[in-house]
Amino acid sequence: MSGPLHAPRMGPIELLWDAVRSDRRALSGAIILAVFLAVAVFGPHIVGDATALVGIPLQPPSWEHWLGTNGQGQDVFAQLVVGTRVSLAIGFTVGLLVVLVGALVGVPAGYFGGKVDGALSGLANVFLVLPGLPLAIVIAAYLPSGPVTLGLVLVVTGWAWNARVLRSQALALRRRDFVAAARVSGESRLRILAVEVLPNMTSVIVAQVIGSTVYAIGAQVGLEFLGLGDVSAVTWGTNLYWAQNDSALLTGAWWTFAPTGLCVALVGFALTQLNAGFDEITNPRLRLERAWRTFLGDRGRGVERSTPVVRDHD
Amino acid sequence: MTEPLLSVRDLCVDYVTPQGPVRAVDRVSFDLQPGEILGLAGESGSGKSTLAQALLRILPPPAVIRGGEVRFEGRDLLSLEETELRRVRWSRISMVFQSAMDALNPVLKVGAQIVDTLQAHTDLGTDRARERAAELLEQVGIPRARLDAYAHQLSGGQRQRVGIALALALEPELVILDEPTTALDVIVEREILQEIRQLQRARRFAVLFITHDLTRMLQFSDRVAILYAGRLAEIGPASVLGSAPRHPYTQGLLRAFPSLHDAPGVVRTSIPGAPPSLASPPAGCRFAPRCAQAMPRCSTTGPALVDIGPGHRVDCRLLD
Repeated sequence: MSGPLHAPRMGPIELLWDAVRSDRRALSGAIILAVFLAVAVFGPHIVGDATALVGIPLQPPSWEHWLGTNGQGQDVFAQLVVGTRVSLAIGFTVGLLVVLVGALVGVPAGYFGGKVDGALSGLANVFLVLPGLPLAIVIAAYLPSGPVTLGLVLVVTGWAWNARVLRSQALALRRRDFVAAARVSGESRLRILAVEVLPNMTSVIVAQVIGSTVYAIGAQVGLEFLGLGDVSAVTWGTNLYWAQNDSALLTGAWWTFAPTGLCVALVGFALTQLNAGFDEITNPRLRLERAWRTFLGDRGRGVERSTPVVRDHD
Repeated sequence: MTEPLLSVRDLCVDYVTPQGPVRAVDRVSFDLQPGEILGLAGESGSGKSTLAQALLRILPPPAVIRGGEVRFEGRDLLSLEETELRRVRWSRISMVFQSAMDALNPVLKVGAQIVDTLQAHTDLGTDRARERAAELLEQVGIPRARLDAYAHQLSGGQRQRVGIALALALEPELVILDEPTTALDVIVEREILQEIRQLQRARRFAVLFITHDLTRMLQFSDRVAILYAGRLAEIGPASVLGSAPRHPYTQGLLRAFPSLHDAPGVVRTSIPGAPPSLASPPAGCRFAPRCAQAMPRCSTTGPALVDIGPGHRVDCRLLD
């Protein structure tokens, strides 16, 4: 037992990698997500034009067409790969925007209170009462269809719940002594908000971004499936729309919809797994507990209530 | 001597850090007789609170108990199952925490918290439990009308009294006081300690009293244990330690505390240096680097408590 007690300094990226690497769940999530991101970035260049008519419609999977062809005679695998880019891009953008808007409304509402809170909370409450998905359908039906419209609709109908959660967080934090101390030391209100209060919410915000992204991907696929997206674009949602249009279920052409459905589920799964890793980065205490859990190993299971007893001869 | 109520043998507690385990409590042994008040003193970081919380096994991660024995009423608390341990907690051993504000639930009335405690361990009906809660509050000097007060409506002293009432609710055999008066002014502190002393005389429960206020401890306790850097430096009757301490650390502590009865012109001297890092403690005696009387072998031989009088043990090579 020797050496200094403090851990080597690590930047956020190193912390993230360190936390993800040591957590099996986070690691599995990160690997799956990395594969999807690689497909989204490089895939379209490799598979080429996904709208090209390449053969007889509704061929089952074969060596020539890995996932068969759809009702128009297009390659399903190529469509899946090309669709990944748009679907993930919308998913992550909307996920971030939803939380950003939620934070911009919710955090000042909770922190400043009073009239600011009245106005901002009122706004959030109005949007909370609006039924999200039906409203999304109505807006999407009136605006020119396309990915931007879709993203906009999802942000408008999705931010309010995040605002609500962040408001309550800010409300709890503003009464803490370290906030009072910061105020006494002469820090400006905006600085307190950004430097003292916000970092305490990081774990919630990250969880919200992940949750909102999963929601955005699902809702976007759902809206497009209903025909409310740009049906000429190639995305996961329009793939499903066309599969439905071509009566894939009736004709038993499972390969036109099952792979897309699986991808949507896998991305959601990966993001949820990854969430566990983020908790550790944003909570220094959990990082320390990792050493403790590693030390305890199997003996640590089920002893989380009482201080564990580990004798050397065990 | 009768069978001790609490008997701690070679208790070791580690904090597991990413750089390896750090030993916060190292082979500490002591006995506590029924109805006795044992003071536990030491500077910040000496392991006082860690030791107290290890007895009840309520230390949060990353703490691990690495060995030893804690026998209470004949049973080893370190080998008890979770459910058995829960039965011992509070009904047999209770605790008054350092910060009464944090120990009381801000959204519950104090009466409700006492009633909850009573009903969790006994089968008292709500009315009987409320009556008992009122009696408990009166015992610690709070009018029964305050049953319906919330923690924030009470002063710091009153909150600490409620904490004491809670600790006594189930008539435990041992009450651990973890710096119960640190946040209070000296007058309230004195009142509360006197009250605890009276209740203790009436009910005959044992007390483990943790503090860094040596003078207060010598007045209040029957016996006193001095911790230094996780090890027991000296333990003995309060009267003996107060007048004739044998460990150089205890001597240094007492020289550093002012007294009203000092002759004019007495110069207070402090102990030079600072406590060692527990991550890399000195070999041998941990106090040796700061000890004016250190000999060469002090920095090589490990801890060995030497009996030098009735109930008086000292960990010092000078006395071998």
